[in-house]
Amino acid sequence: MENILVLTHADESGSALTRASLETVTAGQELAARLAATLTIGIVAEDITNLTKSLPSAGPRLLAVSGAAFAQPRYATDAAACQALCRAAAATIVLAPGSSRFTRVAAGVAHRLGGFIDTHITALGGTETVEATRWFYRQRVEAVISRDVRPWFLLLDAGTHAAFAAESGAASVEQIAVELPALRTTVSGLRAPAQDAQTIRPDAKLLLVAGAGWTKKQLDGQIHAAEASDLILGFLRLASASLGSSKSLVDQGGEGQPVLPFLTHMNQIGQTGATPRHAKGLSTCCHGEEPHVVGWRFIADRRAISLDPNCGWTRGKADVVYVADAFPVMAKVNALLASAKQ
Amino acid sequence: MANAVHIVVCAGIVPDPLQTLEPVTGPNGPGLKNEMVLPAVLDPWAASALYEAAHLAAKNPGSKVWLVSFGPKAKLQQVMMTVAQKVAFELVPIDGPIGGFPDAHSTAAVLAGAIEAIPGLDRAKLLLFGGWESATRGAGATLQLIGERLGIADQFQGVDQIDLLDDGSFEVLERVEGGKHQLSVCAGTPAVLGWATGNLAEPRNNPQVGMANMRSLMPALQKAKPAKLEANGLRYVSVSLPKQQRTTRVVKDLTPDEIAAELVEWMGAE
Repeated sequence: MENILVLTHADESGSALTRASLETVTAGQELAARLAATLTIGIVAEDITNLTKSLPSAGPRLLAVSGAAFAQPRYATDAAACQALCRAAAATIVLAPGSSRFTRVAAGVAHRLGGFIDTHITALGGTETVEATRWFYRQRVEAVISRDVRPWFLLLDAGTHAAFAAESGAASVEQIAVELPALRTTVSGLRAPAQDAQTIRPDAKLLLVAGAGWTKKQLDGQIHAAEASDLILGFLRLASASLGSSKSLVDQGGEGQPVLPFLTHMNQIGQTGATPRHAKGLSTCCHGEEPHVVGWRFIADRRAISLDPNCGWTRGKADVVYVADAFPVMAKVNALLASAKQ
Repeated sequence: MANAVHIVVCAGIVPDPLQTLEPVTGPNGPGLKNEMVLPAVLDPWAASALYEAAHLAAKNPGSKVWLVSFGPKAKLQQVMMTVAQKVAFELVPIDGPIGGFPDAHSTAAVLAGAIEAIPGLDRAKLLLFGGWESATRGAGATLQLIGERLGIADQFQGVDQIDLLDDGSFEVLERVEGGKHQLSVCAGTPAVLGWATGNLAEPRNNPQVGMANMRSLMPALQKAKPAKLEANGLRYVSVSLPKQQRTTRVVKDLTPDEIAAELVEWMGAE
């Protein structure tokens, strides 16, 4: 019989589990029910006092590793914590959220336990065995895989399962002791853009994708980078949207061409960037080569504004394409959104 | 020389991103159709790691960069002809299968063995670089596994910046959720750094660098040892292209006002 361990961790505030952790709890419950397996949930956090309220109060065994050393993500401490939880649970299958915190350590932990790991899992299927779906070649080839060796670590992509919602009541938790190695790394904190300059919002309903066309010569023969910046930032603020960009637009900064100053490589989506999950996506001034499509793989409802009616990206990939100049259209969109807010 | 570091960059070769990929299943498992003739490039994030490594080595006299690359010898030679024009490195080639479908644990075992065998590498000064994910398997696991095999307990992933300090310690910026970076300070080498894009542009071709690299590159390729990869119980149930064709409505005759109104209504709809 399989012993399933779901690994979870606290968010930045330390007072709640991350949404991706709660999604993994749902996946663990579904898998345990299907395989008639035992389910254990492990928590890594500084203080677990408020965290157990969001977990099942009956059923799974709860284990925790807590203390000041686990307040912040760090390879040495998180690997030791996860290793201890896996041993305590005698886990044969380990599910963990594909967060930056666990992505940093999960493979190392699998190696220490003589196990194996597969990451970026988007679905768990199979009847008597576990079959995991993941993408290869940056979301261009989809495969279903299985392993008969244990322990098997599976890192789940965020947004692939519903987040677990607890009924009420806190469950009892077993504390697991961890022997830490000498620590050579000190986490100093987080660096984030100023609030009004933050353009990446993972929880946003809408993703705006800006392509290189925003900084090309317009109908009057001039480049209007400042106007493009105002339009894009105005839209992000009014629509509470997140911003993605094509590689070509981000790279322009290093090539001495006009730039949108708020764009960094972290905005980049596609072959060498992120593949974010949002309910809707609006593409502007972006032409349609294959690498761009990768960035849109997990956008359900897609629209595009493009001057090229035969744009390769939009045909067959967007639901609606408006053949128009994005500058006047986005100006009108911003005006409508602003008036609706008044 | 106080801050001299030995940087080993692990970088695979991948199909050029503009190529159309079609999976096929052969006697040895899944692969890509015409994989051996698809134009190839150095893995993009690993290439960032190589450029950052060269930049760091140039700033710290006495440092050295090795590039450990695993793939079919002929493809490695083809890609290295281009890469060698960019920055100085010593190539450690391993002759083996191409593609993203082999198991990450097997790949890590081969790469760790090759690194352990590098003559003159001071493991106490080691910075192990690579991409935080490859453009093939994209698991983000291989570098971590190599680090574990080499006994390195300080690892960083999604790195965009490293600053080596006078006392031998270094600051690292790692990408975390929400467009933020985590800032850490590590007491010193050895460490593993899986790079995101970093901050450097792709270096221009430099014929002098190319000539210097070529002196060691071709003999190294000739001596590349073959390696086989274990499956480690990994079984492929299916491999396919995503079904993603959509029926696109092309709207050509609306004014900006009308398009804006339609978009705002669409954005508000559940």
